[in-house]
Amino acid sequence: MDLFISIFVATIIAATPLIFAALGELIVEKSGVLNLGIEGMMLVGAAFGVWAHFAGLPMILALVVAVLAGALVSLIFGVLVLTFMTNQYAAGLALAIFGTGVSAFVGRGFGSTPVEAIKPIHIPGLSDIPVLGEMLFRFDPLVYFAFVMFALVSWFLYKTKAGLALRAIGESPDSAHAIGFPVIRTRYLAVMFGGAMAGLGGAYLSLVYTPLWVENMTAGRGWIALALVVFAAWRPKRVILGAWLFGGMTILQLQGQAIGLKIPTEFLSALPYLATIVVLVLISRNRQAMTLDFPVSLAKPFRPAG
Amino acid sequence: MAFKIEPRAEPSRSMAIAAPLIAIGLTVIISSLLFLSLGLNPFVTLYTFFVQPLTTLNGVSEWLLKASPLILIACGLAIGFRANVWNIGAEGQLIIGAIAAAGVGLFSPWQESVLLLPMMVIAGMVGGALWAAIPAFLKDRMNTNEILVTLMLTYVAALLLSYLVHGPWRDPDGFNFPQTALLPQAGMLEVFDYSYRLNTSIFFTVVVVILAWVFMERSFLGYKMSVGGIAPAAAKYAGFKASASIWIGLLISGATAGLAGMSEVAGPLGQLSSQISPGYGFAAIIVAFIGRLNAFGIVLGGLLLSLIYLGGEAVQLKLGLPSSIALIFQGLLLFFLLASNFLINFRIRKLTTRAL
Repeated sequence: MDLFISIFVATIIAATPLIFAALGELIVEKSGVLNLGIEGMMLVGAAFGVWAHFAGLPMILALVVAVLAGALVSLIFGVLVLTFMTNQYAAGLALAIFGTGVSAFVGRGFGSTPVEAIKPIHIPGLSDIPVLGEMLFRFDPLVYFAFVMFALVSWFLYKTKAGLALRAIGESPDSAHAIGFPVIRTRYLAVMFGGAMAGLGGAYLSLVYTPLWVENMTAGRGWIALALVVFAAWRPKRVILGAWLFGGMTILQLQGQAIGLKIPTEFLSALPYLATIVVLVLISRNRQAMTLDFPVSLAKPFRPAG
Repeated sequence: MAFKIEPRAEPSRSMAIAAPLIAIGLTVIISSLLFLSLGLNPFVTLYTFFVQPLTTLNGVSEWLLKASPLILIACGLAIGFRANVWNIGAEGQLIIGAIAAAGVGLFSPWQESVLLLPMMVIAGMVGGALWAAIPAFLKDRMNTNEILVTLMLTYVAALLLSYLVHGPWRDPDGFNFPQTALLPQAGMLEVFDYSYRLNTSIFFTVVVVILAWVFMERSFLGYKMSVGGIAPAAAKYAGFKASASIWIGLLISGATAGLAGMSEVAGPLGQLSSQISPGYGFAAIIVAFIGRLNAFGIVLGGLLLSLIYLGGEAVQLKLGLPSSIALIFQGLLLFFLLASNFLINFRIRKLTTRAL
């Protein structure tokens, strides 16, 4: 029972950075833009978060710095693909490389210095409930914030006029433009939201999860977040589900190593990546489910006529 | 003052030449500002970065040695990119190619044979191509996004390499270092001069560049693949299947990446260890775009990016700058190149009242 609880809790925590990054990318893709640079934006957020922390800022401001850094670096991508109509694949890859470099540069000197991590909160009463309290009410605040963001993103996409406009722009930018929606401005905002969320996800890794700065510490989570959006078939609810699945894979792998399974560690470490492929295959075979919420204009450049 | 962006009637030829120069110029300006902010003299730093590495014969040898795998891989990738097939896992295919080639070199019965090296070349190419065949199969049959699969398989390849050099393939006489035994002499590529590391693998690159150029610019199949990339509907109407592009694009790029891995292990490395590539597979993506998906452009792009690697090492050694500078350079250069391509197809005009 204790093992189950600890795996459950660890899974929820491991899923949190993925939820942030994937929810951000979901909004970006729903607007019709494909940003492959999540890994770079996450690393930038992680490094700037640590930098701000060691500069003496309180934790909440360190998170704000990480969010701003992610949004700012995503703006470079935005200018490239939205104003200069660059190939989105190439620009996203450039962002991934650039972000890796910038983060290594910013984070140099902080390597392996432990960060005083954001503490789990104690809710009087709730946290003390046996089992349930341990499983649900002893997380750090960002875990709960991830669910707040999930609720906000779902509400925004499906319950607000602006969300409808965003989806319309992703479906058919030409018609959206014709009826007066600001296509380019909306896409800029979406891209920056994606950057901010990736930055937050990265900061979660360096300020809560690990918690210290290590070069390339995201270890492919940015790419897994990208896969999650496909896995989720562009629906927020399934982003959460997918994140738990992948979080669970990561934790099972760690647990397997901890209890000394007679399998080489490399095989266990490969599990999350292999699982991503398997899940992608399963979901992609169902073309109908894939196309239902698919933003049709994804990765296609748009230039307003006139 | 207002500006208006308008499409050109046809791509500007002068801009096609000027755009990369503008991009390089902007990269130099921004990085100079970065150096200034770090309290370094930008002229000295830029000299150390871009000029000094090429002032010695050893420097030139290293320059070509590093450019070679980048150009090799980028040529393969460009063929796929033109057809909208996005193999971004060349790094993984390089690793598998190196593993396959080293496996043949270390464990095959032809240890002293002149056939060993050709066998290793084949093993490297087949290994890389097989690794790329997985995403090709999944894309073709299961409609699975090749970007994600090639990338995920890169992590798996790196873990496989780590497993082999820590476990079954570890050199028993290697003091527990995670590396294999050295390859037999018959499995090593010849160097031109024993003082320098540049070896005959450079000929692979020359041959591949020429073949890639012929394939992309002069062959009907290459033409059909490009059409499929630009106008999928037209290609389909003309009876060209998208699945052919997927297979060809991935298998060729996998094979060239595998060949690059073989060249590394049978060249400067001489054995497998847990780190066999400084990210050539990823950097080659940049090279392909710098070269505008053209074989000869890729040669220039490869030479430029190789120089950035060397320069990064030079400023690290001589000026104590972090090695991440090279990555920032790569990213900036690619940003500016991509943005400057815009000038080829669009013009920016000052708005005058008459124009309104």
